[in-house]
Amino acid sequence: MFDLIRSNKRRSVALIASFVVLLCAVGAAVGVLVGYGIAGTLFALVFSGATAAVSYWKADAIALRLSRAVPADPEEYRRLHNLVEGLCIASGLPKPGVYIVNDPSPNAFATGRDPKHAAIAVTTGLLEKMNRVELEGVLAHELSHIRNYDILVSTLAVTLVGTIALLTDMAIRMLWWGGARSRRSDDNNSSGPLAIVGIVLIIFAPLIAKAMQAAVSRRRETLADISACQMTRYPPGLISALEKLRDDSTEVRSASTATAHMWIEQPMSGMKGEGKPSRFHRMFDTHPPLEERIELLREL
Amino acid sequence: MTALLIVIGLIALLVIFGIVLYNGLVRRRNTVENAWSQIDVQLKRRIDLIPNLVETVKGYATHEKETLDAVIKARNSAMAAPANPAAQAQADNMLTGALRQLFALSEAYPDLKANQNFLALQEELTATEGRVAYARQFYNDSVLAYNNSLQTFPTLIFAKMMSFTRREFFEAEPAAREVPKVQF
Repeated sequence: MFDLIRSNKRRSVALIASFVVLLCAVGAAVGVLVGYGIAGTLFALVFSGATAAVSYWKADAIALRLSRAVPADPEEYRRLHNLVEGLCIASGLPKPGVYIVNDPSPNAFATGRDPKHAAIAVTTGLLEKMNRVELEGVLAHELSHIRNYDILVSTLAVTLVGTIALLTDMAIRMLWWGGARSRRSDDNNSSGPLAIVGIVLIIFAPLIAKAMQAAVSRRRETLADISACQMTRYPPGLISALEKLRDDSTEVRSASTATAHMWIEQPMSGMKGEGKPSRFHRMFDTHPPLEERIELLREL
Repeated sequence: MTALLIVIGLIALLVIFGIVLYNGLVRRRNTVENAWSQIDVQLKRRIDLIPNLVETVKGYATHEKETLDAVIKARNSAMAAPANPAAQAQADNMLTGALRQLFALSEAYPDLKANQNFLALQEELTATEGRVAYARQFYNDSVLAYNNSLQTFPTLIFAKMMSFTRREFFEAEPAAREVPKVQF
């Protein structure tokens, strides 16, 4: 179990590193084609970073407001609070805020910039459908997101995606309007194969970046599953919960693509009734397929 | 001149490194101490919940005197148990058994089972048993982290010099490994 956790963390680092490499490649391409490579990259990075920093700092308030979550009353939701407190003792984390989302579909999310400013929300549907050990498994999964600083990791990923998107956007505009400039100057390698590679890269980089962000998200979800089992020392709880989620087919009403990555299960999948989605579609999933997650946990 | 500066720089680095390692060891050892006292906090919480439970049950099941008395007796011996782990484990076991008997009782008294107070207490006790288990788990995890850093290479050197000693894991006593009996 500890080995799996270590290897997952290593893979996350590798993904973020390749993200940075992609960013540098795009920056270089822009520099070659349009000029202002370094300045452009820095500008895009700073702008993207600033917006991401704001959303990171206020992550808990934003996420809760977006999903219309209300604080869970300690008297009414005694069991929920007890389970969260028990898990906090097991992991040494401070107790996060506990919230309820009024929705019949079973789901849960965690948010907050660090363990001291964190919050967990569960839907009323989840509370109805899960028994004690299953609920505990789901809560352990969410607490693991907090413990592993996943909000920070996904903010990093989002910043990088934003930077790449901004950069390529600016470059395409400059190419379109000022393309003549690069054609005129002789000491730029702006003709021939390098230019074509550069243009292809600029066009596809945002797509690649999005796919990478989804890959990071999937890796962290798996890490959270394994960390949850390490916290409860009881894999069958989470396995049973995931099986119930797999067999349930209601959709979360208060989610959108913007918040999709936070929930324990993909709130809108293109999967219901259509059989397996295309491989291309699967590259952009924020969560690994439930079957895969269940199989992995069974091996523990 | 530069050679001297380099030597001073290296020594400064070593000192900083040493401070960082020492602080890490201290932090881990303190976590272990904290985790140990956490266990007692949760055990005490469980003991404190019992008088309430007994009162609630008495109201509905006055002729189940035996079971109620067993619970009270077990609680008192748990509070009075000497500090060694074996005696505590035994008292703990008796208490768990008596409580299970009490909850099994409630199956025969539907009024009691529906009583909000009783349900709340049952929830609290179940949760507290969970907390005790998690507190012990956290203690063991902290001991693991502490022992690991004591025995791995760079910190190994400091540990001996500054008298950091290895801690023991919390292990279930043989008495605690027996399953408490519930009789109908």
